[in-house]
Amino acid sequence: MSTAAIVTMVVGMAAIWGGLAVSVVLTLTRSRRRARRGELPPG
Amino acid sequence: MGFLLAAVGSAIGLGNIWRFPYIAWENGGGAFFVPYLFALFTAGIPLLVLEYSLGHRFRGSAPLSLRRLHRRAEWVGWWQVVVCFVIASYYAVVIAWAAGYAWFSLGTRWGEDPEAFFFDDYLGVTAAGTFGGFRLGVLLPLVVVWGVTLTVLISGVRKGIERANRILIPLLVGMFLVIVLRAVTLEGAALGLDSLFRPDWSSIGDASVWVAAYGQIFFSLSIGFAIMITYASYLPRSGDLTGNAFIAGFSNASFELLAGIGVFAAIGFLATSAQVGIDEVARDGIGLAFVVFPEIISQLPGPSGVYGFLFFGSLVLAGTSSLISVSQTYVAAIEDKFSLSRRSAAVIAGGGTALVSLTYATGGGINTLDVVDRFINSFGVAAVALVEVVVVAWLVRELPALRSHANAVSDLRLGWWWMAALAVITPAVLGWMTLDNLRTELSAPYGGYAWTFLLVFGWGVALLALVVGIALSFRRWPATVPLGSVPVASGGPGRGAATADGDDGEERSAQ
Repeated sequence: MSTAAIVTMVVGMAAIWGGLAVSVVLTLTRSRRRARRGELPPG
Repeated sequence: MGFLLAAVGSAIGLGNIWRFPYIAWENGGGAFFVPYLFALFTAGIPLLVLEYSLGHRFRGSAPLSLRRLHRRAEWVGWWQVVVCFVIASYYAVVIAWAAGYAWFSLGTRWGEDPEAFFFDDYLGVTAAGTFGGFRLGVLLPLVVVWGVTLTVLISGVRKGIERANRILIPLLVGMFLVIVLRAVTLEGAALGLDSLFRPDWSSIGDASVWVAAYGQIFFSLSIGFAIMITYASYLPRSGDLTGNAFIAGFSNASFELLAGIGVFAAIGFLATSAQVGIDEVARDGIGLAFVVFPEIISQLPGPSGVYGFLFFGSLVLAGTSSLISVSQTYVAAIEDKFSLSRRSAAVIAGGGTALVSLTYATGGGINTLDVVDRFINSFGVAAVALVEVVVVAWLVRELPALRSHANAVSDLRLGWWWMAALAVITPAVLGWMTLDNLRTELSAPYGGYAWTFLLVFGWGVALLALVVGIALSFRRWPATVPLGSVPVASGGPGRGAATADGDDGEERSAQ
């Protein structure tokens, strides 16, 4: 594989799979924090 | 979690596996990520949030939610529902083909010429417009596909759809991971991956590449045709709409990327084996799945049939989760409008679609399917999505209220960018796509089919979806269905409690 292909593959994977990981972590942790504070029922 | 898996299951479909890799390869390779991610942020996720907000705020199927939004918006919901009905009728047939091929894989039954086997031996293709008789090899798996789908729909949202997706999605991801791991270890995989990811930065200046990126986002995320409105109507009132939209959007993109890696690694293997260029073997859609992949499977070292079974099994799982979501839109709409129980609505609407889909299980079926798919996507899905955003953003001007609703239940606050994306960018791109589709279809007969055939099954079906949608909106709602725009902060309008015949009535009203 060319260097350019490897770089775009790695950057693309980081952007998309990283974006998914960040979305999941932020949504779940904030949801649990709000549930603990009693603002929302869990779920 | 159940809602999220259902939304992800709806988004991840056949298009992720057989459309994205080719579109990315054809439109700049690695450079395609730039317009693709831009489209995800400016159209995909904003539209997801819009549809989640509509369903979550107004707690009904698409026609009911849009009726509660504004009395003149209901027809848009019915148009969406009829489009879903048409799509479900042929989508099930493609899943049936994949199920048949999962079985054929175990003995590589397609032999030396997979193309001749698919079109001649398996489908027994006859001339466009002819019936050609039923094909038993298609009919039998089709009956099973509808049996499973109807069982899930009858079981309800919690016990059926959510439970099914809790099984289908992890299984799909697991099976596909095995395929990708095998594909990237094949000889020639690097050639395929290099071809997919090598960036052609000059393509970013090409408007058609941006339209392709937006098209991929619209079609693969299942947005603009009522599915997400319907699903969100069952979300708990505390559901984080914006967070869920980001997760669903990125999950879909993540699976597409995984599919791209697996498909192009395998294509690289085939090109290396045949000593030809990637461009000679790269295809999309039916050609990729039922012609190119059987060739790849035949040449795989080791237990090739097992990998073939996993590949076609993945198509079946991805397709089934999407078929369930598409079917749920019209089942929920019929349930709401005609005050039917879930079981009756699922049997009548789902059973009706199953009967229509039988017409595609014939020798002439693939020609009809090809034309209906082309026109319902161009002038059903794309056009109705355009109308939906124009109606909500410009005619009834409810974007600010929907943004307030999403912000009230979500941690991530929507700002001006969300309004700009929906009021300006999305209508502009969808409008361009619709005009371009119109120009293309009028300039030459699609696929070389006769104009009369295109008029009946292409233009006719697309127009009929609109006409039937408008006609259904004239029917009065039952007196038991409240139509007022009750703010959801106070609970919003909801449906009745659970009934004894399988309705899980906690879905909308008792969250």
